[in-house]
Amino acid sequence: MNMDVVEAVKLALRTLGANRLRAFLTMIGISIGIGAVIALLAIGSGVQQYINDQFTSSGTNLLGIVPGRIQRGPGGGQNTFAPSSFLTMGDYRAVVAGTSNVEAHAADFTSVGNFAYESRTSQVQVSGVTPSFSRVRNWRAISGRFVEEADNNSRARVVVLGQTVVNDLFPEEDPLGKQVKINGLPFRVIGVMESKGSSFLGDQDAIAFVPLSTAQERLFQRQAQARTGERVLSTIYLQATSDAARPQIEATARDILRERHRLGPDDADDFSIISQTELLNTFGAVTSVLTLFLGAIAAISLLVGGIGIMNIMLVSVTERTREIGLRKAIGATPAAILGQFLIEAIVLSFIGGVFGIVLGVGIAFGVTRFVDFSAIVQPGAIILAVGFSVAVGLFFGIYPARRASKLNPIDALRFE
Amino acid sequence: MIEATVQSNRQATGLKNGKATPMPVIDVQDVTKIYKMGDIEVPALRGVTLQIYPGELVAIMGPSGSGKSTLMNILGCLDQPTSGTYKLDGVDVEKLNDNQLAEIRNRKIGFVFQSFNLLRRTSAIDNVEQPLIYAGVKARERHERARAALESVGLGNRLKHHSNELSGGQQQRVAIARALVTNPAIILADEPTGNLDSKSGAEIMCIFQRLNMEQGNTVIFVTHDPRIAAHTRRIIRISDGRIVGDEPVDDPVIACPDEPLPVM
Repeated sequence: MNMDVVEAVKLALRTLGANRLRAFLTMIGISIGIGAVIALLAIGSGVQQYINDQFTSSGTNLLGIVPGRIQRGPGGGQNTFAPSSFLTMGDYRAVVAGTSNVEAHAADFTSVGNFAYESRTSQVQVSGVTPSFSRVRNWRAISGRFVEEADNNSRARVVVLGQTVVNDLFPEEDPLGKQVKINGLPFRVIGVMESKGSSFLGDQDAIAFVPLSTAQERLFQRQAQARTGERVLSTIYLQATSDAARPQIEATARDILRERHRLGPDDADDFSIISQTELLNTFGAVTSVLTLFLGAIAAISLLVGGIGIMNIMLVSVTERTREIGLRKAIGATPAAILGQFLIEAIVLSFIGGVFGIVLGVGIAFGVTRFVDFSAIVQPGAIILAVGFSVAVGLFFGIYPARRASKLNPIDALRFE
Repeated sequence: MIEATVQSNRQATGLKNGKATPMPVIDVQDVTKIYKMGDIEVPALRGVTLQIYPGELVAIMGPSGSGKSTLMNILGCLDQPTSGTYKLDGVDVEKLNDNQLAEIRNRKIGFVFQSFNLLRRTSAIDNVEQPLIYAGVKARERHERARAALESVGLGNRLKHHSNELSGGQQQRVAIARALVTNPAIILADEPTGNLDSKSGAEIMCIFQRLNMEQGNTVIFVTHDPRIAAHTRRIIRISDGRIVGDEPVDDPVIACPDEPLPVM
């Protein structure tokens, strides 16, 4: 007695096809909603993957010690510098001497320098580094060489440029061997770093490296000096021999630094030890929350699309009152009428959802063409989107469909 | 070509075409219908008793407000009586629920309306197939039966035309085919020529007469138009909710011209 689903879907397609513009406009609402959800989830997944890659590409089993305290809140890390907290060269030496299972270690002092070459200028980050920096950060010079021990010993005025700096200052020349001025001091370019691209941390190539001693004693003399007169550091890097060795190194380094900084048992650390795993988790939490939040906003547009479907279905029920009356007269049961309108709404939102997936994937990959990472469309997100769009059609189609099924055939047939 | 179709249909409906069975296809006993308008009760039917036998060609006549529309709705199982009994083809109708009524309408009744009520933007054959969809008939058989029904009303070569591409007379023929296609016990036609010019109206009446005479279909017109009633063989007059006359038509007008119905 009742229409089967295949017939109902065919009928729905024909009915929707008879009013293409309206069906299309209604579908757009769903497409935008689903598209937005898909795009944001794909971009979110892409960002997460990218962050993962970034951390693993900047060296493994790495611990970083920075001055000040990073407070962890639900939103991620926040750097709060205690006013008198410094990491000094003495700290560095003591930590390196006091810890075991350290495969490599490095230190840097970082500030900002004004670069000039001929008429061009550029303001970028300058890091004074120890030679092993290149190793622990897994970052090498692609031409020339990196800072070496001899440069450090002689406080040499040599610089290794990041790719962005090269692009800014030497658009058409080979920078190797050229003289640039940093804060007015002449430096010889000895190398160019491989490009790391830009990340959530900004453009990683907008940087230049000089020997640590050069930075501390020539370039940033005043900044790089504690009140005790000792030279200070921005970061101490410790690379553990294995992941298992990391906690022990962290604990030992903490004890050494607390003692050196004369912290009482009740005082909080005035430095922070950051491990990649921790950073990864923190950033992961941030991006997850962000993705969820954006997804929720996108879902609101899906809700609006659903209301659009309900609206158009209600109009459709009124417009087709006579058709409903006729169908009842020729034998449609209330359930068949309910099914017809419900399936129409579901087909509408399903097609909208499929368009939305195409739209969302397009947007996700379109947007990520302009950045360094690519979107990741997870099969789960697609299944979720299709399921969600069908659910939207079902939810917002029920009320109009029930109204249609309850129409009295006599009144419906007489309806003008 | 029409003759051939008619022949096959006659075989299909051979039972109905046989001698009139003693059981009436419509058996209405003392049916009343009272509409409630707020606190006021408006009686539309005040006790109607009526039998119609298979193969009859009947007109139910009455002015507007006489209760003939109410009677038609009850006969068509679109509405149920307040009291009394109604047996359609042996089935007690007044006890049925909405789903059972839908099934009865689907199987036993073919409706033809004044305003055709075809589905817009839908081909003739798809329109005719609709009742079979609700009857659960498979696509291939549906198609064949719809084509046969359209051929029997002379629209064999208009199968794919959409309703808006057909004249009023042609649209009403599609509607008749739709009413026929389920092989119903009765065809209920509500002012079927009301929206047609006289020539198309005569063609439609001719089709009904042929269906009745050649295939033995029971056809019931509900009309206020004496010219339609004159084409039938029995006129039931209703006024003020009661049957006030029920007499045979001795010399019905024959709508069909001598030459066969033009194939369109």
